[in-house]
Amino acid sequence: MKRDVAVISFAQSAHVRAVDSENEVEMLMPVVGDVLGAIDMTMDDIGFTCSGSTDYLAGQAFSFVMILDGVGPWPPIQESHVEMDGAWALYEAWVKLQLGEIDTALVYCCARASAGDLPMVLTRQLDPYTAGPLWPDSISLAALQARALIDAGKATEADMAEVAARSRRAALDNPVAQLAWDRPAGELLTEDHLVAPLRRHDCPPISDGVAAVALAAGDAAGDRCRRPAWISGIDHRVEPIHLGLRDLTESRSTRLAAERAGVHDGPLDVAELHAPFTHQELILRDALGLDATTAVNPSGGALAANPMMTAGLVRIGEVASHIHDGTANRGVAHATSGPCLQQNLVCVLEGDGAGGRRR
Amino acid sequence: MPLVTEPTRAVQVLSAPLVIEYPFKRTTGPVVGAFLTGLRERILLGTRASDGRVIVPPAESDPVTGDDLTELVEVGPGGEVTTWAWVHHPHPKHPLDRPFAWALVRLDGADTAMLHVVDAGTVDAMRTGMRVEPRWRDEREGAIGDLACFTPEQG
Amino acid sequence: MVDVVLPESLRGVEPVRSVRIPARLEYRYTPGAASSRFLRGIAEKRILGERCSVCQKVYVPPRGACPTDGVPTAEQVELAHAGTVVSFCVVNVAFYGQEMEIPYVTANIRLDGSDLPIMHLIQECPADEVRIGMRVEAVWVDDADLGPTLESIRWFRPTGEPDADVDIPGEGVGTGLGSWVGGTAPGEGP
Repeated sequence: MKRDVAVISFAQSAHVRAVDSENEVEMLMPVVGDVLGAIDMTMDDIGFTCSGSTDYLAGQAFSFVMILDGVGPWPPIQESHVEMDGAWALYEAWVKLQLGEIDTALVYCCARASAGDLPMVLTRQLDPYTAGPLWPDSISLAALQARALIDAGKATEADMAEVAARSRRAALDNPVAQLAWDRPAGELLTEDHLVAPLRRHDCPPISDGVAAVALAAGDAAGDRCRRPAWISGIDHRVEPIHLGLRDLTESRSTRLAAERAGVHDGPLDVAELHAPFTHQELILRDALGLDATTAVNPSGGALAANPMMTAGLVRIGEVASHIHDGTANRGVAHATSGPCLQQNLVCVLEGDGAGGRRR
Repeated sequence: MPLVTEPTRAVQVLSAPLVIEYPFKRTTGPVVGAFLTGLRERILLGTRASDGRVIVPPAESDPVTGDDLTELVEVGPGGEVTTWAWVHHPHPKHPLDRPFAWALVRLDGADTAMLHVVDAGTVDAMRTGMRVEPRWRDEREGAIGDLACFTPEQG
Repeated sequence: MVDVVLPESLRGVEPVRSVRIPARLEYRYTPGAASSRFLRGIAEKRILGERCSVCQKVYVPPRGACPTDGVPTAEQVELAHAGTVVSFCVVNVAFYGQEMEIPYVTANIRLDGSDLPIMHLIQECPADEVRIGMRVEAVWVDDADLGPTLESIRWFRPTGEPDADVDIPGEGVGTGLGSWVGGTAPGEGP
């Protein structure tokens, strides 16, 4: 039997182009303080801690061990780390909670992409024999996907500009967003291509930022949070590493994860999609079967702030926040990793009013 | 609303260049090894999957069944661009130092496309479905860079 | 290893078995506020630790957080330039980038007034005379060469004071290694 697990708290830093005044520990500490403080908890109340980050971002081996100082891991805590976005760390914590030995978990992630040349750093995740040595940067690979989508008649550059304009406009209401502006889509199309067919507005900003989530199972959730955001389904799927083996114009892994997570079992008030590039939002809307009844990326999404290894967890936190404050009752959060939406995680969150779902 | 924590603005923070070099030598295994051997000999190879498809670069295991794939077949040398992206300002690490296209190229006889670059001169010379052919480096060592780039097919 | 079937054109050709794939990534490292405060102190020939307001431990070099309590360490504490060797090793292997003559000694040195050791070199003393509890002091570079780097301390050397008692860090904190420190390794008991 599945255990009921909920997001009971979420905190994030402001996301900025470069945090140059703090190390990762200094970035993390206040956010952990906020996420636990909001639910009147301390690390003593946390059964398991899991983080997501990658050493390549800042070029420091085992940096996640150093970052642990920010949560106070002494005497030794139960801890784990994934070389992935924090959304996958949340997945590991969710699995750990299913085992029934603990009732609470802290998930955090930390991005310091400004230290390096991010689009080039990301080439290190590609096949090391046939792709890595060519240094195909993340923007170029996304551009290949965008062209495939356009050629297939599934999107136009104008559609993509609409996504850019809507996301950055939504971000005006997001106090932690890095990139927020109000410009009409038509005006955006007059600009030069960055890597054709992508223009600058089609690409995410490079962001430094931190996010943290607290999870609790069963009664522990209601004890600490007036309106927990229950995880009614969560699943993640991966596609092959070679781009040529995939149909880049759709996201089969997202579609499958969505089915497994029960996305279609009820109406969706809100969706937070981790679509770093504009055309990817169009692919994800299709894969998740979203229609006009769902508000997509009211935060501005990854186009407004894209802290690597963090933006996925932020999507889950944003949906949870809408449930915590009662502005949504059911929503879906999506996280991605790898080039051109290679890996995708889908998480469905519901409020307590979801028809007595809790047994 | 989510809680917000502003990063503090301390003064006089230090910074320094940090260079990480990975001087890795990787063993290839027989399948990738055969592909790289082929590049050195100016021959392009794929593996035949259980459903008969030819996969390039060669996959070591079947993408559907997971079985070992062991039959290497010659493909190309010509092929077709299935999608492409135009780089106006190459990065110093990119394979070409002038504007070029990244492309997925489906080689003749292959069922999947491989990633490489096309030296087309101008963006106007690029289109999806165009025919391309390999340009080989004079000195080859058994690496992906032995294939310098693709170029628009002549004639 | 699986046997592969090659096309005719590649039979009898020397196969590629490995490939060099060098990669170089360039970063700009920023150590953050606490380490910057520490390194700026070093450039002034001062060793500045930071105290945790909860457990009162003084960390050096400070990294901005108390790993026990997960809170910022904000109170600066100026430390002595002398301390006690709490652990050491004798390096007998030459390796790339090494500038020291072997054998030499790398030691964990707990500076007076701090609660965690820093790592540095011991010189001006035969390697086989270095011992846990030995009292040592910092030898600085010339004032003109001082900079925001631990290399501003060339090494530590013996002070000649009597040896000090040393508490092994972690002892008695419930690490499960307590008995080992006392002489019996985990799993080695009767």
